[in-house]
Amino acid sequence: MPAIKSLEELKRVREEALAKKQLKAAPGQIQVIVAMGTCGIAAGARGTMKSVLNYIEAQNLSGVTVTQTGCIGKCEQEPIMQVIIGDSAKVTYGKVNAEVAAQIMKQHVQNGTPVKDYVLPL
Amino acid sequence: MREIALHLMDIAENSVAAESRNIRMDVLEDLQSDLLKVTLEDDGRGMSAETAQRVLDPFYTTRTTRKVGLGIPLLKLATEQTGGGFSLESESGKGTKVEARFSHSHIDRMPLGDVGTTFLTLLVSYPQIHWVFTYQVKDRHGAWNEFILDDDEIKSVLGDTSLTEPEVLRFLRGMIEEGIESLVPQPVL
Repeated sequence: MPAIKSLEELKRVREEALAKKQLKAAPGQIQVIVAMGTCGIAAGARGTMKSVLNYIEAQNLSGVTVTQTGCIGKCEQEPIMQVIIGDSAKVTYGKVNAEVAAQIMKQHVQNGTPVKDYVLPL
Repeated sequence: MREIALHLMDIAENSVAAESRNIRMDVLEDLQSDLLKVTLEDDGRGMSAETAQRVLDPFYTTRTTRKVGLGIPLLKLATEQTGGGFSLESESGKGTKVEARFSHSHIDRMPLGDVGTTFLTLLVSYPQIHWVFTYQVKDRHGAWNEFILDDDEIKSVLGDTSLTEPEVLRFLRGMIEEGIESLVPQPVL
């Protein structure tokens, strides 16, 4: 399906993304991980993931890597999401629905303050 | 699970965990034959015939590696409730192919759900994997339409630019949404 036209568009998109990245001082790699085992998906993890991606798009948030992981053994706390900023320790959140995910993206990923109410003691 | 698209996402996790390098996901809505078929094919480490048989059992799990959970039996049950069928072929070291067939019009068939979001999230979450997604719709008269997304071209254009950069995400989401919207069969009068 990606015809020549859309590939051309993609090249332009890539240049935009690169140009913006060079302007910004690298803040250290930010990783957002959503647990997508059977338990996570059944609890709504795809909605959590979608919310994270929508947030990145809406806020033009550069430099965030979004990945998935399987079941981490806390099925009752699903959907689970983890945030790692640079060298700091991994923060694990539980019961992260779409709204909570957006809140974590804003408060923690963008502004550096973990959302304490949803942090899981691991 | 409330959607077939969520089941697809779930079993795709198995393929990822099996260290696949290439994963292909096909969705077919064939209104002429009243069939809804989804298949997932990977080149991961595969399973022995014995294990392939055991993953159909809900009480079998390889907890330590979490290669397979409850996902497969749940999907199999969902197909059987519509008079459809399920098959799993696997070979150690070669890969696995899972096929789930539903009767499209059956009252107990769960909705297909948001296929586009399943495609998009898998694509961006596992950039190391070469993904091929297809979605084919055949109407009652046999006319068909398809959406194919092979990420090869996209990744060669992007180079080392991340798939989760906002501009790239917007592009990918738009491409998938438009591609899938264009498939909606015209109402038959």
